[in-house]
Amino acid sequence: MNNSFNFTIDKTANTVLINRDFAAELSLVWDAFTKPEILDQWGAPERWKTQTIYMDFKVGGRRFYKMTSSEGQEYYSVQDFTSITPKTNYQYISGFSDKDETINPELHGSESNLDFREANGVTTLRMTMKYKDIATLELMANDRFKEGIKMTLNIVEQILATFSK
Amino acid sequence: MRRDIFQAIADPTRRAIIALIAMQAMTPNAIAENFNTTRQAVSKHLRILSECELVKQEYQGREIYYTLEIDKLKEIDKWIEQYRKLWENRFNQLDNVLETIKKNEK
Repeated sequence: MNNSFNFTIDKTANTVLINRDFAAELSLVWDAFTKPEILDQWGAPERWKTQTIYMDFKVGGRRFYKMTSSEGQEYYSVQDFTSITPKTNYQYISGFSDKDETINPELHGSESNLDFREANGVTTLRMTMKYKDIATLELMANDRFKEGIKMTLNIVEQILATFSK
Repeated sequence: MRRDIFQAIADPTRRAIIALIAMQAMTPNAIAENFNTTRQAVSKHLRILSECELVKQEYQGREIYYTLEIDKLKEIDKWIEQYRKLWENRFNQLDNVLETIKKNEK
């Protein structure tokens, strides 16, 4: 099945862009992203579990959730919603915290923007994730996904951009 | 001490050094001439890059030349691929969830 998964990196803006089609109508896809009981069914990497502790889906509201690795290590994160246009777009700032929801300021600040469009029963997601700086990614790579998922895209991008000059 | 590759490329001067020696092997003095900083500062950057195995030293006569370790940079490509794969898998899981919900609605 071709889902037209598209993953690119913006050379100038420290931004990851993802495009993806889903064979479902918009309202269902929207629910899958914005209702915690559905979100928790697919939001974790393989062999990980994700659990939303609470989610207040409104502007100024927050999703507080934890990810549990196959070894039982727990990582807590927050998403603070900054803009919501129902069934069209929502945006949030994400960060890492401890189990008491105390945010690590050094790891706070990647901005996500999700656009949803439906055509002929297919819903297209356009997602961007903008990282604050290299230090954030470096720390994420060291602390967060020690199992190998290292989010080094900004760094890589800068190197590649330097090479292509 | 072996350092993390991220530490090496987190600094803009070090990224510029990488870009410089990607073109050709260079002596520390030739590298330093490209920067508005002290020779000691450049030496420190080169030491960090060496410890991360991103650059290596080669002797030509009495001069030391720094060259880039291309294979080390390729590790970064692997990380991109892993990150891409993470999102691809996540959305494949979502496909299954959507299918299940659609079936249950019927």
